[in-house]
Formats: sequence, structure tokens, C-alpha cells
Amino acid sequence: MRLRIRNGHIVDPANGIDAVGDVCIAAGKIVSVLAPNPEFTSERVIDAARNLVIPGMVDLCARFREPGAEHKATIASESKAATSAGVTSVCCPPDTRPVIDTPAVVELIHQRAQLNNTRIFPLGALTHGLASERLAEMQTLMKAGCVGVSNGIQSIPNTEVLRRAMEYAAGFAIPVYLYPEDYYLRNEGVIHEGATSTRLGLPPIPATAESVAVSQALLLLEQTGGRLHLGRLSSARSVELIAAAKKRGLPVTADTGICHLHLCDTDIGNYDTSRHLIPPLRGHQDRQALRAALAEGVIDAVCSDHQPHDDDAKAAPFSETESGASTIEVLFPLLYRLVLEKSLTLTQAVTAVTARPAGILGIDQGTLSVGAEADLAIIDLGRSCTVSREQMLSTGKNTPFTGWQLTSQVTHTLVHGRMVYEAT
Amino acid sequence: MTETDIQLDHKGRLKHFLTTEGLSRQLLTDILDTAASFAEVGGRAVKKVPLLRGKTVINLFFEASTRTRTTFELAAKRLSADVLNLNISTSSTSKGESLQDTLHTLEAMHCDMFIVRHASSGAAHFIAGQVAPGISVINGGDGRNAHPTQALLDMYTIREHKRDFPGLRVAIVGDVAHSRVARSQIHALKTLGVEDLRIVGPKTLIPADITALGVRVFYDLEAGIENADVITMLRLQRERMRSALLPSEHEYFACYGLTEKKLKSARKDVIVMHPGPINRGVEIDTHVADGPHSVILQQVTHGIAIRMAVMAMIMGAATESH
Repeated sequence: MRLRIRNGHIVDPANGIDAVGDVCIAAGKIVSVLAPNPEFTSERVIDAARNLVIPGMVDLCARFREPGAEHKATIASESKAATSAGVTSVCCPPDTRPVIDTPAVVELIHQRAQLNNTRIFPLGALTHGLASERLAEMQTLMKAGCVGVSNGIQSIPNTEVLRRAMEYAAGFAIPVYLYPEDYYLRNEGVIHEGATSTRLGLPPIPATAESVAVSQALLLLEQTGGRLHLGRLSSARSVELIAAAKKRGLPVTADTGICHLHLCDTDIGNYDTSRHLIPPLRGHQDRQALRAALAEGVIDAVCSDHQPHDDDAKAAPFSETESGASTIEVLFPLLYRLVLEKSLTLTQAVTAVTARPAGILGIDQGTLSVGAEADLAIIDLGRSCTVSREQMLSTGKNTPFTGWQLTSQVTHTLVHGRMVYEAT
Repeated sequence: MTETDIQLDHKGRLKHFLTTEGLSRQLLTDILDTAASFAEVGGRAVKKVPLLRGKTVINLFFEASTRTRTTFELAAKRLSADVLNLNISTSSTSKGESLQDTLHTLEAMHCDMFIVRHASSGAAHFIAGQVAPGISVINGGDGRNAHPTQALLDMYTIREHKRDFPGLRVAIVGDVAHSRVARSQIHALKTLGVEDLRIVGPKTLIPADITALGVRVFYDLEAGIENADVITMLRLQRERMRSALLPSEHEYFACYGLTEKKLKSARKDVIVMHPGPINRGVEIDTHVADGPHSVILQQVTHGIAIRMAVMAMIMGAATESH
């Protein structure tokens, strides 16, 4: 379909665009941006006056639960949720069941994704079965279509295994995505160590469980070379370590989850299991440090860390519940809240979910460049809504933001020039 | 939701008893006063009052316990309730039944009150949030979080000996990190007006940022109990030696075991408490456990009166609201 999006406020950080104008689309590609392009004939015109037009968002970490946990969610259900929120590309970690450590699983995910509207970029396993003992067939997995390798949220206790895994990946220029957590310091913990864990009597996870793993990974990176992405940072100290590493020119990038930019351990109140997250929600100062690091570019990207769950997974005493939150639908509204609170500029917010994550993944999405795939979202910044399980499209209703009044709503989402979501 | 929201009914009376945190000084004092009126029932020839006649109390123990379960059972029986003891750790959960399903099954039997003990912190809160509106929940100990009836029987014991709380110096000694008793005591003691509240133990057993609860931390036993009016010793579980928290029982006793010699740094009229069961020669010396300062067995007796008081107050409020 030939489509003209008229008079939108276009923010395309990859091209330095922040202006009002038209976007013209034909044959699934962007034909022109900003330029009036009067000779372009369109079958449909969308009036985007007063609305934001941005590249389709790229989410560095979202679990669609397929294969293996279809009782929680499916690629079909979560694709609908994602597109309704303007997210058009997601990177999924390898901790599916079976684990993404064979080309067959990669192929299965790609097939399911093709039947739906979200582009899925899988990470292959770093170690076989994510068991942290021997290396996975990384190069084979990359050939099968993975964008990098990761051990999911399984930490690698044996530093020799970690070193060799990073080294092997570096030799093939395969990017490594690590979730930094020290296996032993994590112990049995379920909540940030501090006054809240002490008050609630829940097994704690010290901030050093993350910072020790971050320093370890950074030191090994110096030795092994290659490219490293550290995912879902939660603590102030980790941010400092990454800032220093970047300053010294180490090829490291980092993201944080959207929940950690808004919530602290105190928000767990009396065992609110919807806020049982891993990494755990940390202190107020950590949250402030994450916000500052995002604004400064020390943290490159924000991911949803979307983890849809069935209700039973959260209906038990806190430490017996499964961790994670269903967040993909609030990714942009929560980022925009930071813009309204003046923690971020609009461009910074958009960059963190478009150009930067696309750059980290090495994919062509996340931009409105002429000739690029026409993946984009139109967002009405004037609309607001209250978060409730009833209006969620994800089959995982486990939102930690029930009752929050959020501003901004996606009105249209396009993937490859096709209208995959249109608000009613 | 605050602690008080879930525990109190719309008139501010006890609906559930889950934690001492957030309860008012008046309410805690009311429980102690009510317990005092029940204390004499145990001395009667017929040790029964008919307050809970026709009510069914279920002791729902997901974790083994002897003294807490038996004192709750005795308390319920002295109030004329029908009591059912369920040791879930050896039945449903081992068959894979979820906690929710167990609860709904028991609810279908039309009981009035659950006494719950569970290994997970927050379990009592969770259960109180799940049960039908007519059912009350009393926390008999959840993980490391709370053991509110134990804390109140300790308050009762302190009041018996020391009259009132302000001005007292109280030391809680031992494995505070893993202790639900310590947490409940801290909240109760602070609410009742104790300003000089001390936590004594090795750094590995003192939880992070505990000073946020209004206590001072001591790593030296003699300094911590200096001029103390009340000392509570906490039980040290042997498994702590296996988890890199402590080197040995021997060293623990040498540093933190309460002996007659160390007790000399406390006040002459100090009372020594212990929630039991005690490990003689690990956290407390036999001579102290059986000595003139020990009130450990009185605590057990007071436990029945406190549990009667809590059950009676909850049932009284519930009956009135219906």
C-alpha cells in the first residue's frame, strides 16, 4: 500500500530528525521523510498532526514464551501486544524450552514470527543447554539467524568457562549478551538487600551480585576482545563501572529494564508479587543513577524485559513466585513519563528504544531512513489511560503498574509498510 | 496496602494477626491486658471458657513445630473451640497441591480461623489475602518475617517483670538475620516505647540496614548487654555453620554464648528470655538457662494466655460484625 503520513512530529534519532512533516511509504519501504514529495500518489493518507511519528521500537529483551511455555503466552499473543505498543522488533533470549542451542529452534521461532507481525531476533545459547559447562555451537547458531549469543539469566559460575565462551565468540566476531549476576552472591535471594529485605525477612540479593559480575565481565572483555552487551542493569555501582569502561574505550554497551527506571524495592510494599523481578528492584539511589546514566548515554538502551506469566505463577508467597513482569505494552508510555518528568529529552527517549538497540543488534531497523523497511509507530501524546489487566493484550496480566495513569498511546503501527495495528 | 489495612477491620479491630508491625500501642496493650485476664484460666480446675464454642480453628502448619502448635491448640481448646491440626508439610504439598488449592479445600469445610505456620516470608499475608471474608488468619510464624504471638508473649513476660517499657534497655542477641521472632519483637518493643533497643551478633547474622528499624547494632556481646534490663537470646540453627556464616559452634559460644560471667555486665535484675527450643552450650549456657534470671518457662505459660487473647479478640470482633 502507498501511504502518506501527514504532518506528524517525526523523531528519527538515527538521522538527526526532529521536525514536523510527511512520511511517504511504498512497497514496504520508506520513500521520503520530511520532504513534501507532492508527486507521491497515495492510496491512504493518515493525518498525524500533533502526533509523534517514530521508527518501530526495538526491544532488546522480551520473552514471548514460545517454544516451551505456551500456557503463559505465545508468539501470536505477544506479537499483538507488542505491535499495539509500537514495538516492531524484539530480541529474545535463548532460555526457551528447548533452549535456543540448535538451528531447529531458531528456525521454529522464525517460522512462528513470520506468521505474526513482530520481527523476532533470537539470541543463541552461549553454553550448551545454558548449563554453563561447555560451549554452544555459536557459529552454527549465528548462521541459522541468531544475532548474538547469551546465557539468558543463568549466570556462569566457572570463570574459565566464561572466559573461553567470550573468547570463542570474539574469534567469530559474535556479540555476547550477558546478564551480569554472580552465581554465589545471588544465592537464594529474591529481593534487593537493604532495609526492605530486612523488614520483610526475604532472602536478599546484594547489589554486589551485579557489580562483581559486571567487573568480572569487563576485565575478561579486556583480555578476550570481542563485543559485549550487558543487559538489565539495576544498580548505581554497575553504572559507574560501565562508565569507566566506556571511557577507556572498551567495546561494551548496556541496557536497563523499564521497571527499574520507575520502581524501587520499597514499592514491593507487603509482598507485592507483581514486583518480584530479577534483577531485583533496587534502592531509590540506584533508580536515580540508572536514569542519569540513560540521559548521559552510559546506558545505551531501555528494554521492556517483558515476561508474561499465568496468574498462578504470581499467586503464592513472594519467594515461591516466578519473577518478571508483563511490560511490553507500557514500554513507551513509561519512557515518555520520564520525558514529562524532565529526566530525558524526547529524542533521548526515542533513541533508547530505536536507533541504539538496533545498532547494538546490528539490524537495519530502528530508523526512518529513505529506503529502509517501513516499520514505524504513530503515537498520540495527548491521550492517557490507566493501566489495568482488562485492557492488556498480552496474555500475561502480571503488570506491576496497575492503576498508574500513563500518557501517550500508539494509534498506528506499521511493519514493512503494512498496517499491523490501528487504534479504535 | 499497609500492614494495618489488612490486619484490621473498618472499626480498627483485629481481623487477622499477621505482624506486630504497624499495630498501635493501644492495640498491643489491649492484647496484653486481655491476656492477663485469661492467665488465671490455666490455674482453674476446669480450664475452659466458652468464648469460642461452636467455632472451628485449624492449625495449618506447613513447617514442623511443637510448642507453637501445642500452645495454640491448648489456647483454642480453653476457649472451647473445635481444633483441627493439619501438618501440611507431610500431606498435600508433597502431593503437588498448590497452597491456594489447599486453602480453598479447607475453606469448603467451613472453618472460622486458620493458624498458619509457613517457611516462606509473607505466607501469612498471602493467605489472609486469599481466604473468604469470614475467615481470620493468625500468623504462627512465616519464614524470617514475623512471629507476632511469640513477640507478644515476650512483651507480656517483660511487663510482668518490668511493669512498663519506656526506659528499658533491651538486647536481642544472636541470629537476627534469620529470625522472625527478632523482627516481631523489634516492632513491638519500639511501639511500646523502648528507646534503647540493641541487636547483638556477628556481622554475618545481622541483616542489612537493620538500623532503619530503630535499633543499635553491637558486634560485642558484653558491650551490647551492658546494663540491659532484658536480654532475648535467639536460637542458632546448626545449618548456619555449613553456609559460610559462622566458623563453628565453639567459636560462636565463645563470642556470643550467654554465660554467667558475661551476664554480669547486665543489670542485676536482668531477665533472660529465649523463644525456644534452646541449644544449651551454643547460644546459652545451661547455668543461665536454668538460673535465677531465666524466664524461659514463664514465656511458654504466657504463650497460652496471649494466644487465647488474640483468638478471643479476633472472634469477638468477627461475631460482632456479623
